Amino acid sequence: MRNLFASGHRGCAGCCNAMAAKFTLMAAGEDCIIVSPTGCLEVMTTPYPESSWGVPWIHSLFENAAAVASGVEAALKALGKDEKTKVLVIGGDGSTIDIGMRSISGAFERGHDITYVCVDNEAYMNTGVQRSGGTPFDASTTTSPAGRVSFGNPRPKKNMPAIIVAHGSPYVATASLAYPNDMIRKVRAAIDTKGPTYVHVHSPCTTGWGFDTSKTVEVARLAFETAMWPLYEIENGRMTKVNKIKEQKPVEEYLRIQRRFKHLFTMEGGDEEIKKIQHIADQNVLEFGLIE
Amino acid sequence: MISTRKIAKEKMKVVEGSYAVAHAVKVCRPNVISAYPITPQTHIVEDLSQFMADGEIPNCEYINVESEFSAISALVGASAAGARTYSATTSQGLELMHEVLFNVSGMRLPMVMTVANRAVSAPINIWNDQQDSISQRDTGWIQMHAEDPQEAADMVAQSYRISEDRDVLLPVMPCMDAFVLSHVYEPLVLLEQDLVEEYLPPFEPEFVLDPKNPRTFGAFADPSIYTEFRYLQAKAMDKALLKIEEAANEFNEVFGRYYGGLIDEYEKEDAEIVIVAMGSIIGTVKDVIDKLRSKGEKVGLLKVRSFRPFPIEAIRKNLKDAKVIVALDKNISMGLNEGALCTEIKACLYNTDINAPVIGFMIGHGGRDVPPSTINYIIDQARNVMSLGITVESQFTDVKEEMI
Repeated sequence: MRNLFASGHRGCAGCCNAMAAKFTLMAAGEDCIIVSPTGCLEVMTTPYPESSWGVPWIHSLFENAAAVASGVEAALKALGKDEKTKVLVIGGDGSTIDIGMRSISGAFERGHDITYVCVDNEAYMNTGVQRSGGTPFDASTTTSPAGRVSFGNPRPKKNMPAIIVAHGSPYVATASLAYPNDMIRKVRAAIDTKGPTYVHVHSPCTTGWGFDTSKTVEVARLAFETAMWPLYEIENGRMTKVNKIKEQKPVEEYLRIQRRFKHLFTMEGGDEEIKKIQHIADQNVLEFGLIE
Repeated sequence: MISTRKIAKEKMKVVEGSYAVAHAVKVCRPNVISAYPITPQTHIVEDLSQFMADGEIPNCEYINVESEFSAISALVGASAAGARTYSATTSQGLELMHEVLFNVSGMRLPMVMTVANRAVSAPINIWNDQQDSISQRDTGWIQMHAEDPQEAADMVAQSYRISEDRDVLLPVMPCMDAFVLSHVYEPLVLLEQDLVEEYLPPFEPEFVLDPKNPRTFGAFADPSIYTEFRYLQAKAMDKALLKIEEAANEFNEVFGRYYGGLIDEYEKEDAEIVIVAMGSIIGTVKDVIDKLRSKGEKVGLLKVRSFRPFPIEAIRKNLKDAKVIVALDKNISMGLNEGALCTEIKACLYNTDINAPVIGFMIGHGGRDVPPSTINYIIDQARNVMSLGITVESQFTDVKEEMI
């Protein structure tokens, strides 16, 4: 398989975006058009006149990728090129869960034949690790910092996959960078399903989360093994597959290796906060039936 | 060349201005239309929707988007993918698009979007002035203003010619005044399909999103290269000056109608007082001039058709013998307290030998009617300036003092 995502880009060592883009293109192949909103991925892969993209790629703005993709798809249809060429969006959590929400909602309601891949690294990393709607409970970011009277982000993650399911999408899946084959299969399934489809990829950011650059996959795997990030597929509104956890690990193992949760282990009352996070994981186990 | 209309009466139909524009769009054969309804643009998009429902626009997709922001964003993708694109909007919708407008022109994507000029909120007001499009002045769009429904319709075809020209590759905003032009029924000629095909070549962009020849669109530019992108965009605007003239001249050759290229003039020959204006107010001004000319008064009109690019040379040449210049503005730059046309006319005469006084009148805000008596009042003021000099450089024309 020809590598469609060139190295030499300006991502950090251990960058989740580079991995997500590479896996997405391994699933999509050559005959696709990629739309990217503003964000790390856009900045690190396309400093003019360089580009990492071996497929046609377009960036317009931060909040409109789904609308741009709608237009690309409509143009291909009008020009009779839509049978072969697939249209994908690869965007971060900020441009998906927050500022891009309106244009995503519109595109999914209209039923365009597009696949949207959200590379969720749980904060605005491109601008310096500010909180987004994807930031998890108690994570310390530069705009939700832990401090004497704060444990960090006071709210849980917005449940974007559920919002997409509510739009009637025929295929919605969660994926993880720790399981590339699973992710590639899901992106391919999304592409092969007609209509607007969605893959939400849990994507640890070495810089923003604060872990060693060699640990991206390890952190991603711990999110799955602690039930902080369930992996599932929902087709036409019905849960059709859930990846089971053999033995659920305590959330401390996931939290302890990340700087953004460090305060939970040093501040008074941190124990209670960790219990709340354990509760979130345990609720995931129950909701998705994660354990055999 | 003075405006001409060789119109065979048997070809004329009485239609609404919006229908004439929608029909013009149809015969230009767009591939992707994307729009969000907003008064008073609605009739244009409703008529286009009906054409789609009746199968009258082949090889076209109509996207019913959830906002103006997405309307124009979808066209970014569509134009980059090689589609001829169209949208229409006004007022709040246009303001909502503001960020994307820069993006379209910066990416050098051809596009045509009719603006049915309307006032902006607050207070909310659905009627005509030109604050909406004037506020988009620096977005890099070519902005043209039509005088009547026929010109608004014809301007659609001209806009595609200009926008898609490889020396230009800039989006075009043909503007028509809300209600006064969009909702008025007039006898006019609907653009003929065969003539449009003769006039407007198919859209064949050099660079498109194509898996066989993958390219990167919308890369980021750091300080070492950003200036050059802006420079090339400015150069394209310069080239558009000529292309706008060509598009108007060739339109005249094919269709027999001409409204000026960058500018037009009326009773200008020996005019001492010259009124400068844009859009539907032109008709009223012409009527007033006719009456004054019959009394031997030397009053003329300069119609600015292209607001961006601003035709500096053409305007200088046209105004060189004027004794008093009067700019009419359906907009205001708050804080400067004059309209954009007034500011720009003054700016373009500076550093020249033309020393005629320029006075500005802000007029017709939020759809306030502009009767001939208001134009007569303005011309009276201009006469005073001719004899006494300027006392007030820029002023509101029709404020009801008793309500303040």
